[in-house]
Amino acid sequence: MSSPTGGGTFLGLPAVPSRPPYGTGNLRGDRAFPEAAREELGNDQLRRNLAKATRTIRGKRLAVTAELPDWEQLREAGAAIKTDTMNRLPELLEQLERKVTEHGGTVHWARDGVEANEIVTRLVQESGSDEVIKVKSMATQEIGLNEHLESRGITAHETDLAELIVQLAGDRPSHILVPAIHRNREEIRDIFRAGIPGVDPGLDAVPAHLAAAARAHLRKKFMTVPVAVSGANFGIAETGTLSVVESEGNGRMCLTLPRTLITVMGIEKVLPRYRDLEVFLQLLPRSSTGERMNPYTSMWTGVTPGDGPQEFHLVLLDNGRTAALADRIGREALNCIRCSACLNVCPVYERTGGHSYGSTYPGPIGAVLTPQLAGMDAAKNDPNSSLPYASSLCGACFDACPVKIDIPSLLVELRHQHTERSGTTAEKLVMRAAAAVMRRPALFTAAQRVTAAPGRLVAGRDEVVSRLPPPFDGWTDSRDLPAPPRQTFRSWLASEEGAATLREAAEEGRRDREGRAAGREDDDEEAR
Amino acid sequence: MTSTARETVLGRIRDALALAGPGEVTVERAYRTGRTLPGRERLELLTGRLVDYRAGVRTCTADRTAEAIAEALRERGARRVGVPAGLDPAWLAAFDGEVRQDSADVPAPSLDALDGVVTASAVTCAETGTIFLDGSPDQGRRALSLVPDLHVCVVDLSSVVAGVPEAVARLVPERPTTLISGPSATSDIELERVEGVHGPRTLEVIVRTDA
Ligand code: SF4
Repeated sequence: MSSPTGGGTFLGLPAVPSRPPYGTGNLRGDRAFPEAAREELGNDQLRRNLAKATRTIRGKRLAVTAELPDWEQLREAGAAIKTDTMNRLPELLEQLERKVTEHGGTVHWARDGVEANEIVTRLVQESGSDEVIKVKSMATQEIGLNEHLESRGITAHETDLAELIVQLAGDRPSHILVPAIHRNREEIRDIFRAGIPGVDPGLDAVPAHLAAAARAHLRKKFMTVPVAVSGANFGIAETGTLSVVESEGNGRMCLTLPRTLITVMGIEKVLPRYRDLEVFLQLLPRSSTGERMNPYTSMWTGVTPGDGPQEFHLVLLDNGRTAALADRIGREALNCIRCSACLNVCPVYERTGGHSYGSTYPGPIGAVLTPQLAGMDAAKNDPNSSLPYASSLCGACFDACPVKIDIPSLLVELRHQHTERSGTTAEKLVMRAAAAVMRRPALFTAAQRVTAAPGRLVAGRDEVVSRLPPPFDGWTDSRDLPAPPRQTFRSWLASEEGAATLREAAEEGRRDREGRAAGREDDDEEAR
Repeated sequence: MTSTARETVLGRIRDALALAGPGEVTVERAYRTGRTLPGRERLELLTGRLVDYRAGVRTCTADRTAEAIAEALRERGARRVGVPAGLDPAWLAAFDGEVRQDSADVPAPSLDALDGVVTASAVTCAETGTIFLDGSPDQGRRALSLVPDLHVCVVDLSSVVAGVPEAVARLVPERPTTLISGPSATSDIELERVEGVHGPRTLEVIVRTDA
């Protein structure tokens, strides 16, 4: 099931915990970031939708975080509680297990996604149902639960509106908070017309009407399907209380109406005390949707006779989390509360969208968390190796993060690890060049300028570089230009400028690491 | 198999912590806690938030509870209304429609036939406009305040606290607890806010100023 290595202490020597088997779950794309990004950059609809979405949420978030005079103290507390949690993870998980069990729930442990999928499948089969209703959950997306259930003849109905859109379209989520943000209303209308049985064929593209169509479709499922699968935002060790934060009420439906509830929770989601909710119930909604509070939050402890599901299962998922924990720097990524603020401030995410990252977790946090969980396999030309380079290291994500994860430093560390491991390869150089371009606005500008002069290619050492390598060749708003001939990475790298850029990148990387080690000043994120 | 997985995962965590060492940390709670605000300010803050969420909000004194409830139900055209078993029957005395008392064995689809539901509440946070229901007898099981399309919720001003920490401190962790901040909403389609997806599409709050 899982590999025998990393299976705990052997003869008293701690072993590096093993990661989920290569090729399982949704923590790895099928191609490297620059390549995927190049394609996405050509999608104007995506870029317009994304730019609008991220701008809107950014504004709301800044307004509601600025109105709290103790926002910084809340962030400090949030970060500290998370670090404290990681230090005490074994005892906290055992306490959580004990409390959930005391209150009538059953706790299961899963070493990886494959095992979690099998546990959930078995529990659904035991319930006698061949359908489940699902609350939006990153963990089950990460492990590919829906696909697995499908392969066993069990239909999983996503009930979050955006997840439903994504599911009906056979698509992948592109944002943590608003997974269908790459779709516009007309596309959604067409998806609903094609995918919802019995839907009004005259359904129009008014968002309220589309939401009403989803409501009518899902209401039947809520009333009849006897098993629900959810994730969890928090699990309180002290009391055994689980919590789901949401907006639409589909979460409440799933957590309340079925007979059986199965919750899949990453082991890093545990919090020590019930009181800690006072911090995270302020940090999460304000950072996430930019609201003072999200419309609904559900908290439940095991089973309550006469109220809600009478059978409750909690599946505690590792799937690479312990491997991340074994990395003293990288483990900070486990503190993430999945608010998506870092996505919304990231200039790279805004241009490339979530799909380019190839993982359930996109954006800045995805670029650090995905390689931490799933690894960067040097032997397999792993697309994850490109993720630490999908950043300009501008620092906006750090400033936005409610639990103060220093994502830029984590990225630099991951780049360092990748470089150490992969030796001097063409790929390494390409990645470093990619990083160098992403980090410097002047090169962005150059890329835009030269794109307007199609047809000029590098001919020799004295020629001007007219095209930057992909994905930067698409880094422009002038999408209606005829596509000029494209220079390859390799020929650009062979040029004087390519070599100079690489030298600079190496130098900057070195300064960066030193600078960060010496401590860094927080910049005002809007002033970047 | 499960017990093996348990030992494996716990073993991996201990290994990871042994390899990388614990992070240095002290948890300091320098944020605001234990805040108090005069009743008038709590009411103003809460009302502003509820209006912002596009919930209905009205105030009354405790002796006018029945009238306020009847008015809210009438305005929304509710004829058939569900109530939790522990709700004071006097609260529905001024309502001339049908009142159905809920019990655990009423199946959820039957709740769908109700026009609305009337409940009390446990705690309310003024700063965020959040009402906490905790399944007490006057609030009922979670399905009751979820399935009907209209929720009329009575909030006593004495149970309204300033901020989130003050509210969380008043909760009983073991009770199934629902936090409600306005009617259900989605912004999933081009970020355009649509009120009312799966939870009640209408929330009417009645604040009792002397209770
Ligand atoms: S890393 Fe921080 S900002 Fe990004 S999703 Fe996680 S908690 Fe939010």
